[in-house]
Amino acid sequence: MTAIRITSRPLRGWKRARRWVLPLAGFVVIIVFIAPYLVMLLDALRPAGEVLSVPPTLFPKTWTPAAFAQVVTDPAFDNWLKTSLIVAISSTIIVILVAIPAAYFTARFTFRGRVAFLGLIVVTQMFAPTSLVVGIYREFYDLGLINTYGALILTDAAFNIAFGLWILQGFFAAIPKEIEEAASIDGSGRFGTMIRIMLPLTLPGVVTAVTFTFIAAWNEYVVALTLIQDDALKPLTVGISAYVTAYQQNWSQMFAASLIAIVPVVILFALIEKHLIGGMTAGAVK
Amino acid sequence: MDIVTPGQVAARGRSRRHRRSPGTARIGEALLWLGPALILILGVVIYPAITLVATSFNRYSIIGLRLGPAGFQNYLNFLTSPDLGQVVWNTVVWVALVVALTILISLALAQFLSKEFFGRRFVRWAVIVPWASALVISSQLFRLMFDYYHGIINQLLTSVGIIHTPIDWLGDSRYIMPSMIAVGVFVSIPFTAYLFVAGLNAIPTDVYEAARIDGSSAWSTYRLITLPLLRPAILIGVVLNMIYVFNSFPINWILNGSNPGFGNDTLITYMYKLAFKSAQHDVGESAAAGIFNVLIILIAVGIYLRFVNWRQGDKA
Repeated sequence: MTAIRITSRPLRGWKRARRWVLPLAGFVVIIVFIAPYLVMLLDALRPAGEVLSVPPTLFPKTWTPAAFAQVVTDPAFDNWLKTSLIVAISSTIIVILVAIPAAYFTARFTFRGRVAFLGLIVVTQMFAPTSLVVGIYREFYDLGLINTYGALILTDAAFNIAFGLWILQGFFAAIPKEIEEAASIDGSGRFGTMIRIMLPLTLPGVVTAVTFTFIAAWNEYVVALTLIQDDALKPLTVGISAYVTAYQQNWSQMFAASLIAIVPVVILFALIEKHLIGGMTAGAVK
Repeated sequence: MDIVTPGQVAARGRSRRHRRSPGTARIGEALLWLGPALILILGVVIYPAITLVATSFNRYSIIGLRLGPAGFQNYLNFLTSPDLGQVVWNTVVWVALVVALTILISLALAQFLSKEFFGRRFVRWAVIVPWASALVISSQLFRLMFDYYHGIINQLLTSVGIIHTPIDWLGDSRYIMPSMIAVGVFVSIPFTAYLFVAGLNAIPTDVYEAARIDGSSAWSTYRLITLPLLRPAILIGVVLNMIYVFNSFPINWILNGSNPGFGNDTLITYMYKLAFKSAQHDVGESAAAGIFNVLIILIAVGIYLRFVNWRQGDKA
C-alpha cells in the first residue's frame, strides 16, 4: 500500500497539470495540421493579384469572396466538377456492385482458388495505378478510350475494389451464421439471403466502402493526367492547375476551387474515421 | 503466404468455439459471385501489367505508334542512361527519409492521440485533413508556400530571424529534396498515426497496470511493453509507407515541375517523364523503367521483411 501511495504522489501532480497541458498540446497539433489549409483559405479570400504581392502577408489586405464567385460561374470549372462527380459516383457504384457479392462469398465459403483470389486483391494494392500507368495508357490508347470518362471510371473502380472488399468481408463475417441459416430454412436462395438479410446488417460497412471509394476516385490524379488531354473532360484535380500556368497566375481562384473540392471530402472522411484503418490494413500479408 | 482478413480471424475464432467448419462451395459457383470483380481486375490491373511488359520489348514512335520489336534495347537504354544514377539516389533518399521520419513522428503523435483529454476529437479531425485532401491540391498549396518571392515560409522564417535572406526552396538543388521530403512526411503522417492509434488501442490495459505496480518508469514501460506489442502495426506501417512513398507522384511532379532535366526526379516521375514529357516521348523505354520500378519495390519490401524477420516476430 505504502509503495503504491509513494509512486502515485507525483502522478497526482501530473494529473492536475494534464487537464490543461494535453488540450494545449492538442491545440498546437491542430494548428500544425490545418495551418497550410488556413493559408489556402486566406489566399482564396484575396483579390486576384494580391496573392503575389511582395512581401506576402498572412492575412488579406482586402477580404473578398470574389475568387469563389468567379470559380463557380466559370464554365471550365463546371466541366471539371461534372467529370469529378460522374467519375467518382460511377466508379463507386461499380465497386459496390462487384465487391458485395465477392466479399459475402469469400467471408462465408471456402473454395478452390480462394487464397489466389485474395492474393490477387493484394496485388492490386501493391501495383498502384502509378507504377502501371504506361500500361494503362497503352491499353486505353489501343481501345480508343483516351479522353473518355469510361477509362477513368474503370481504372478507379478496379484499383479500389480491394478496400471495399476487405471492409465488407469483415462485416459479413461478423454476422452470426444462425441468422443466415434461419433465412435459408425459410426458403431464400443464397443471393436473396445476402440481399434481404445480410446486407441491411452490414450497412455501416457499405457506407464506409462507398465513402472511401468515392474519395479515392475524387482525389485521383495520375491516371486522369495521363488519359484525359481534352480540357473540357478533365476532373478537378487535373483541371485546377490551369489557373496557375506560365501565362496566368490566378492563385486565389485555384485555391477557391481547391477548397470546394476538399472541404466536402474532409467532412465525409471524418465521418468514416473509425473504420478506415481496419479496412486499409485488413489485407496485410502475414 | 497467407492472407488474413478480419473476417477470417473472426470466422476462425467462431469455428474454434463451435467446432463448425465453414461452408465449402464449388469453384463454378465461386466464379459467379467473384466474376464481376475478377473481370474488372483482370481487365484493368492485370492486362495493363502484361501490356507494360509487352511495351517494354517494342519500339515506338514519338506519337506512340509501334515500330517493331526492340528486344532488350529499351532496358539497355534505361540502364545505361546517364541520369539513372542520380534518379536512383534521389529515390533512395526520398523513400528512406520520408518513411523513417513519418514512422518516428507518427509514433509520438499516436501516443498523444490515444490519451483521453478535452478536445481530442477535434485534434483527430484536424489530423485527417491532409489525408483526405487530394495530394495534388496539397502539393500546389506547398508550391506557393515554398515560393521564393511570394511564399509565406520565407516570410515567416525571415521575420522571426531563423534565416536572414530568403531561400529558393524549390529552385535550389540543395533545398528542393528536403522541401519535398517535408511535404511527403506531412501528408504521410495522418494514415500512419491512425494506424498506430489502432495498434495502441489493441494493447490490453492490464499490461500497463502490471507495469505500474512493478514501478516501471514511463520510458521503460514504453520501450519494454508498448513498442514490442506495437511491432505488427509498425511493420505494416513501414511496408505500406514504402509502397505509397515510392509510388508517390504529385509531390515531385508539382514541386519540381518548373525545374528542367531529371536532377531531382525519383524513379516514378522519371518513368513518367520518359513517356509523356521528355523530348523523345519514348513509351518503350518508359515501360522498361516501369518494370524496373515494380521489381525494385518488390525487392525492397522483401528485403525489409526478411531483415525484420516478419514471420518469427509475428509468432512470438
